[in-house]
Amino acid sequence: MKRMKRLPLNALLGLLIVGAVVLAAVASHFWTPYDPLRINFGARLKLPGGAYLLGTDEFGRDELSRLMAGASTSVWISLLTVTFSIVVGSIVGVLTGFLRGWTDRIVMAFNNALLAFPGLLLALGLLAVVGANPYGIILALGLAYTPSVTRIVRGTVLSLREKEFIESSRVLGNSELYTMVRHVLPNCTAPLTVLATSMFGWVILAESALSFLGLGVPPPAPTWGNMLASARPFMAQASYLSILPGLCIALTLLGINLLGDAVRDWLDPRMKGVQ
Amino acid sequence: MTTTTTNTPLVSVEGLTLAVGMGGREIVRNVSFDIAPGEMVGIVGESGSGKTQAARALMGLTPPPLVRTAGRILFEGEDLALAGPARLRELRGARVGMVFQEPMTSLNPSMTIGRQLGEALALHRRDLSPAARETRILDMLARVGIRDPRGALAAWPHEFSGGMRQRMMLASVMLLEPALLIADEPTTALDAVVQRDVLELMVGLTREHRTAVLMISHDLPMVARFTQRMVVMRHGEVKETGRTDDMLERPRHDYTRELLQAMPRRLPARQVTAEAPVVEVRSLVVDYPGHRRLFAKSVPKRALHGIDLVVRPREVVAVVGGSGSGKTTLGRTIAGLLKPSGGEILFRGRPIARSDAGWLDYRLQCQMVFQDPYASLDPRMTIGQLVGEGLRLVKGMSPADKAHRVAEVLDEVGLGTAFAPRHAHELSGGQRQRVAIARAIVRRPAFVIADEPVSALDVTVRAQVLALFAELQKRHGFSCLFISHDLGVVEQVADRVIVMQDGRIVEQGSRDTVFDAPQQDYTRKLLSAIPALEPTEAGGVRLRWRFGAEASALA
Repeated sequence: MKRMKRLPLNALLGLLIVGAVVLAAVASHFWTPYDPLRINFGARLKLPGGAYLLGTDEFGRDELSRLMAGASTSVWISLLTVTFSIVVGSIVGVLTGFLRGWTDRIVMAFNNALLAFPGLLLALGLLAVVGANPYGIILALGLAYTPSVTRIVRGTVLSLREKEFIESSRVLGNSELYTMVRHVLPNCTAPLTVLATSMFGWVILAESALSFLGLGVPPPAPTWGNMLASARPFMAQASYLSILPGLCIALTLLGINLLGDAVRDWLDPRMKGVQ
Repeated sequence: MTTTTTNTPLVSVEGLTLAVGMGGREIVRNVSFDIAPGEMVGIVGESGSGKTQAARALMGLTPPPLVRTAGRILFEGEDLALAGPARLRELRGARVGMVFQEPMTSLNPSMTIGRQLGEALALHRRDLSPAARETRILDMLARVGIRDPRGALAAWPHEFSGGMRQRMMLASVMLLEPALLIADEPTTALDAVVQRDVLELMVGLTREHRTAVLMISHDLPMVARFTQRMVVMRHGEVKETGRTDDMLERPRHDYTRELLQAMPRRLPARQVTAEAPVVEVRSLVVDYPGHRRLFAKSVPKRALHGIDLVVRPREVVAVVGGSGSGKTTLGRTIAGLLKPSGGEILFRGRPIARSDAGWLDYRLQCQMVFQDPYASLDPRMTIGQLVGEGLRLVKGMSPADKAHRVAEVLDEVGLGTAFAPRHAHELSGGQRQRVAIARAIVRRPAFVIADEPVSALDVTVRAQVLALFAELQKRHGFSCLFISHDLGVVEQVADRVIVMQDGRIVEQGSRDTVFDAPQQDYTRKLLSAIPALEPTEAGGVRLRWRFGAEASALA
């Protein structure tokens, strides 16, 4: 009951934050106050206010422009990574959950081994091989997060396949494939949405961490992570350089989680009409 | 135990009203009834009638959002509504005991039987030495029919069957010799055969200790059989109170009459012509694979030992048996959900196999209605989609034909097209089961398997769904394999009855033969567990046990 009353406000707040981030990301392709890459040694470490709304960094580049461009990088890297993980993880999860037997055992053994290995470490290792570039990050993070999707989808499929409505689909003569696509997958969407939204957050964080470590998107292209990293030596003189990208990351995560909860409730037909 | 004069009631509920929060919806409205010491009173009602909450209020066990907005609950002259939590705790167990519906969950799985039984005794009877307490527990366990009481002390709840657990539950409550026992659907979760044993044990035990019993149930014949007085509730209100015998014979309120009318009863036998069978099963064997161990597989468990049966056109064949008899396995195997380990299934004289070209035809002609209407409908689909899915694989029907057929079937099951855009969760249990029936008959199958189709439904809804099913069966002439543990329902719908036990058919024959002249002990036992109803002129019924010892000595 409480949850229902709280929902609209949360959903609105989440939508507002995520909307703002996406808007900034899209807008950065058409317009930014300054060129995010242009170096201006005459305007190094300017405080926020005046001509530079959010100040400038150690090379005199405009912070606001760089944050906008960084949003763009973060959003599309995260989107592609999450899509990759969800698609691959769902396919593997549904297959293992439905076929069971030896396929399930072998795939899950591999999956569990991947899960046991820290995701970030795995991504680091992969990046060392493929080199630091955006597609390398997507592949590395995508592979690192796929096992958790597989696990959740497989668990849901295993519990769903014992339900009577799955059996009734078989009695109607529907093929296993049709049953899977029409009855099993749609009923996985609720847990998947929750997972996808929180994963979106993890990926933004992981991408920032990789960039911070210098293995992310190579400079001078701005991302929130490498902005945090390059701001580190100037923590005392220009704390806003660390605070602003950090704040962006934190707020985006909050917005995504709020939105995720709302989307899950909205996707569940049982929740409709409860208000 | 002190003897009270029978004139003053033990419990007196006066104008009790329970609401969700102050000024919220009233779940129980102005309910009054008395219980005399040593008396058995039944509260009968369907789901949502408030019977459970009214009874729980006696123990102060109503869930927190419910508040008492009016009325008094007098227990031995003391108003329980004014009693504090400490006083209530003193009374619970010691003076008022409670037996719950689900014996699987009402015993703590992580405590031995001995500790669970000793717990309450240690709390309320400190005057007894531990040795004396153990003697009492052992005596009580022996009294409720546990074969090895001493061994049971160290055993865990999961080692016992549902019936045994309910006996232990009863033992743990009766150990304290309470003045009142509240039994909330005490046998609903049990097998028919066990039900009567447990109830008779309950009656015997409470009589010995002069304990009054408040029995709550949706099962009118069962309540009527064991109680002296009944309270009929609906929508939170008492509709009728009175002596059980009077109420059965001369029900005054319309709702009581409706409840009595909803009891399944035997209809005149139909003529089934001896045409070639629609479905024939020959020496069907089903094995469940044994559990995988590390290095070896345990022996497979045989669920069906060579079943032979025949279903003729337009015939309803009922399969009855207790839990574990293999009746559900049989239905699922014929429906093609389980693979038989041996034997064959013939449809219109042709053996069916998954690889066969005839398989799809069989799939289209053989449909199934499941037990649980809450689980058998995909929560993400609308009613229209659910029913329409049944036509997906039918060849030679245009989308317009299909839409028309879906609308037609929704009308046939009494829902109408207005329900098409709704989701299953917006419907009541009875409406959902109508959707499940619509989905099964939408392609006009020749054969329908119904696995306990009405056992999850309320009494009056059950009667409606059964009537609908009979009407549809008459109109479309499909054959039916009706699987049920409820012999009352079977007596109403079946043309022929097959009795199963431990994966074997022990008896089969026409309905009248099996019900009137059963040959096997097991059939007799099954039948003796449920009372027969004889309609009287006044619109009421008379209850009668079939076969076996007449239990009227208890009533």
